[in-house]
Amino acid sequence: MATTQETKQKMMELTGDQAIAYGAKQAGIDFIAAYPITPQTIIVEKLSEYLADGMINARYINVESEHSAISAVIGAELAGARGFTATSSQGLALMFEELPVAAGMRQPLVMAVAMRALSAPINIHCDHSDLLSVRDQGWVMMIAENAQEAYDQTIMAFKIGEDPAVQLPVMYGIDGFIITHNMENVYTLPDEMVSSYLGVRKPMYRLDPDNPMTFGPLALYDTYFEFRRQQHDAMMNAYQVTKDVFADYERMSGRKYSPLKNYMVDDADVLIFAAGSTVGTARQAARKLREEGVKAGVSGVTLLRPFPIPEVIETFSNVKAVAVLERMASLGSPAGPHYMDLASAVYPQLDVRMYDFVYGLGGRDIDWEMIARCAKTTLSDAEHKRPNEVRFLGVRE
Amino acid sequence: MTKREYKPLGKLADLPEENRLVSGHRLCAGCGPAIVGRLATLAVPDRPIVINATGCLEVGTTLYPYTSWAVPWAHVTFENAAAVASGVVEALDKLSKEGRAKDAPVIAFGGDGGTFDIGLQALSGALERGERFLYICYDNEAYANTGVQRSGATPFGAATTTSPAGKVIQGKQEWKKDLVGIVAAHHIPYAATSSIAYYRDFINKVRKALSQDGPSFIHVFAPCTFGWRFDTSQTIQMAKLIVDTRIFPVFEIENGALRINFKVPNPKPVEEYLKTQRRFAHLLKPENKGLVELIQRNTDENWERLLRIEAAGKIF
Repeated sequence: MATTQETKQKMMELTGDQAIAYGAKQAGIDFIAAYPITPQTIIVEKLSEYLADGMINARYINVESEHSAISAVIGAELAGARGFTATSSQGLALMFEELPVAAGMRQPLVMAVAMRALSAPINIHCDHSDLLSVRDQGWVMMIAENAQEAYDQTIMAFKIGEDPAVQLPVMYGIDGFIITHNMENVYTLPDEMVSSYLGVRKPMYRLDPDNPMTFGPLALYDTYFEFRRQQHDAMMNAYQVTKDVFADYERMSGRKYSPLKNYMVDDADVLIFAAGSTVGTARQAARKLREEGVKAGVSGVTLLRPFPIPEVIETFSNVKAVAVLERMASLGSPAGPHYMDLASAVYPQLDVRMYDFVYGLGGRDIDWEMIARCAKTTLSDAEHKRPNEVRFLGVRE
Repeated sequence: MTKREYKPLGKLADLPEENRLVSGHRLCAGCGPAIVGRLATLAVPDRPIVINATGCLEVGTTLYPYTSWAVPWAHVTFENAAAVASGVVEALDKLSKEGRAKDAPVIAFGGDGGTFDIGLQALSGALERGERFLYICYDNEAYANTGVQRSGATPFGAATTTSPAGKVIQGKQEWKKDLVGIVAAHHIPYAATSSIAYYRDFINKVRKALSQDGPSFIHVFAPCTFGWRFDTSQTIQMAKLIVDTRIFPVFEIENGALRINFKVPNPKPVEEYLKTQRRFAHLLKPENKGLVELIQRNTDENWERLLRIEAAGKIF
C-alpha cells in the first residue's frame, strides 16, 4: 500500500463497488438496508463482510425487496440514523414510489446506483436509463467517472444531503460492470479524517417520544404546493452547498471536483458532453482529434441535480457546437435527457448548436473513434445548420 | 435490547391520562379504526412511536397543518409500514444505546388493504427478520378510504363497490384470507385477534405484544359504518355480534400454541350478524338462502378447525 505525503492517504486496489462500500464504512453509517441486484451486489456483500468482521458499527437488515430497502432506510432516518442503501436498474425502478417520498419527507439518506439497463429485454450491463429516469424526484444526484470518484462521492454525499440548508436525499451513479467490477487504484482518506469531517448525524427533526411530531401528513391543494416549492429552494441551496463541499474535500484530499469536469475546453470549437466512464474515453477522442487539427474539448457532468446551469453557460459560451452523448434512449422525446437539460440551460442566452447521440445501451461498447466521429459530424452539422435528430451510435440498423 | 414488560391491565384508570389520538380528526362518526388507534396508543404507559400505512386512520388524522397524534407518528406509503417500522426499531435500538435517541415501543398500523393485500410482502419480511415491533391490522374489510372496494379481507358475499351485488353475481365470491394463519407460519412470539367491542382484551393483547422480544401481530376487527352501511351508533354492537356468531373468533397464539379467548358457548346464527348491515342485504333474499347456509357452514368449520389447533398444543 502506497501513502501520499500530504494527507497520509492509503492507496488501495478496489473495484468501484468496493470503493463505495469502503467509503460508506468510513462515513459512519448507522443503518443499511439492502437487496441484492447485479452489478450492485459487491457493495452489499462487502458491507456484510465488514459487519461480520466487526469493522463497522451499523445495523444492517437484509430486506425482501428494494422497495422495503429504501422504506426501511427512510424509517431509520426518521429515527435519527445515518442511512445508506444501494441498488441498480429494476431495483431502482421498484423503489420509484419511495424516491419522491424520501425527498418530500426531507430525509438525507444516501444511495449508490450501479447504473444498468432497464428490462425488457432483461440485461445486466451498463447504461444510464435507470438513474436518468428518476432525475426529477427531488434527489441531489451525482455521477462518478471511476472508482476514485465513487469513493469520494460516497463521503461527500452525506455532507451535502445532511447540510441544514439542503436536507435532501442524495443519489450517485457508477457505470455497471465498467466501474463496479473493475479494479483501480483508489486513494482513501484516513478513517479519523472522514469521521471528523462528517461527525455523527444530527437530525433536525426526528421521531422522539418527548417531542412528538407528525411526519408524512396529508397536504391538499392549499398546502401541497408550498411543500414542493420548499424542496425547490432546498435544491437551489444544494447547488452552493455542493460546490462548498467539493472545495472542502479538495482541501482534504487534493482531488478537485466541480459540477462540470472540463477538459481542453478553453479554445475548443466542438465539445463532447458525456457522463460516467465515457468521459475518460471522450478525453482520448479529444486528444486524437487535436492531433488531426480538430479543436475538441470534453465536458463531463458530475452534478446532475441541481443542474449546473452557470457552469454550462460559461463552458458552452465560446464553442461552435456540442456533441451530446446519451446512454439512454428517451423514446419519443425530442432528445435525450442530457440534451434536454443542456438545451434548457443555454436557451435563450447562447447560440450554440447541439447534436444528440445515443450510445452504449445494454452495455454495448464505445471507443474513442466512435466519439471522434460524433464530434466531426457535430461540427459539420453545425456548419450546415442541420437540425438535431436523435442518432444511435454503433447499432445494427 | 431494552427489556419491556407490561402486566395485564388492572383498573381502567390505570391507563395513561393523556389522550394520544385526540379529537378533531376527520374520521367518520362511529369509526372502528379510530377506536383501534386510540386504545392501542393508550395501552402502555410510555408513548409509542407509530408508523401508519396509507389508509383511513392515516388520511383522516393528519390533514396538514393539523394532526391528531400526540405521539411521534410517521406515514411513508401504503405497502411498507412493516419495512419502515423495521428501520425505526433498528435505528432506535442502536441510537438509544449510544445516547443519541430515546428508545420507545413501536407500533405499525395497517388497514386490511395495507396488510392482507399490498403490504403482505413487507410484513412477511419484517416477521422473518424478527424485528421487535407490534403490527396491528385494523380490519374494516374493504378499501374504505378510497370508497369501499373489495380487499382480501372482505368477507364472502359482501357487496363492495368492486364486488357489487348484481343480477348475476351476489357480492364477493371469495373467502376472507386467513391472515393470522399466514403470520403464525412465521413462528413469531405472539399473534392474536381481537375486536374493539372487547377493549380490555385488546389493550391487554397490545401490552402482551409489546412485551415480546420479537415481532408481534394483532388482527383487530374494526367495523366501518360507511362501508358496511349501518348506523353510526352501532359500531361496538357490530364488533360484538361478529364474535357472538363465531364468524370472527378471538384467540391468541403465544409461543406456538393457540388459545381461543372467547369460547362463545351459545353462538348466534350468522344471519343475526348479516342482517344488521346493508352490504349483506342481498344475501337475505329468499333465493340466496343457500349462500347464508354456506357462510354458516364455513363459520362452523373454521371454529372446529381452531378447536383442533387449540387441542394440538404447540404447533406453530
